[in-house]
Amino acid sequence: MSKLKKILLPFFSILFTIPSMAQTVAADSGDNHGFMQSNDKIYVVMVIVTTILAGLIFYVARLDKKISKLEKESN
Amino acid sequence: MILKSWWKILAVILLTITFIGGFLIKVPRVGNLYETIRNLFFHVPMWFGMMALLAVSLIYSIIYLSKPSAKNDIYSVEYAKTGTLFGVLGLITGAIWARYTWGEFWSNDPKQLLAAVALLIYAAYFILRNSIPDIDKRAKISAVYNVFACAMLIPTLWIIPRMVESLHPGGQGVEGNPGLNSKDRDPAMGMIFLPAVIGWTLLGIWITTLKIRLALIKEKKLANE
Repeated sequence: MSKLKKILLPFFSILFTIPSMAQTVAADSGDNHGFMQSNDKIYVVMVIVTTILAGLIFYVARLDKKISKLEKESN
Repeated sequence: MILKSWWKILAVILLTITFIGGFLIKVPRVGNLYETIRNLFFHVPMWFGMMALLAVSLIYSIIYLSKPSAKNDIYSVEYAKTGTLFGVLGLITGAIWARYTWGEFWSNDPKQLLAAVALLIYAAYFILRNSIPDIDKRAKISAVYNVFACAMLIPTLWIIPRMVESLHPGGQGVEGNPGLNSKDRDPAMGMIFLPAVIGWTLLGIWITTLKIRLALIKEKKLANE
């Protein structure tokens, strides 16, 4: 468990910057010139692909942990 | 534990840099590429990753031939599998990109064709493997085939693309290598491209090690039965 946490910690700390980014945008989204709206909303795609990456990495890390458990059991 | 899995953390960090930086940096305007030039951080590393994984597969095949063991065979085939997956993803992402820059998903460009040939050679590798029921024979024959399959990457991906005209960067009469055109890139893109290549390759290695560990567990179970 601690191994998984150590793997995911730096990653989640980076992930936490994304919602905070989105909040600053929400505050000034009235004028439609926020960061997320800039450049034809391409940064929305950036957040989405980063989320997908996060999900996949999470999945692979969990798989890693499960296989480690299997290895321990078979030894 | 953290010392053992430092490279997995590195993979996550580098890919995060790629996915965020890849969208944030300013890119040069080249021809009709527009923003699709950012594919450099996603499509091109697939091929670099594929070559790295297949090279590792080749090394384990050679090790197998000098020192036959089930472990070396498993390492070799699992690296080849992930490498081929990366290649297929590279081919698909390339085709999607080509639709909007060259006009067609598949325009029979020499580079597309030869990349497909290279992947089909590896497809034959898996078919060959699975068609041999005897474990030792399978391992030995597939190791020999793998050496030839990897050797075929050199003409199909590196030599012939340089000799013929192509829509893709780096064809005949164009400087640079078949993967990318150095003149089209600027230093900022290089700053993201290197982490992208290393990050994607490490992710490929991570997935492969998981498959290897699973195969080794299965192998052990089979031996105990």
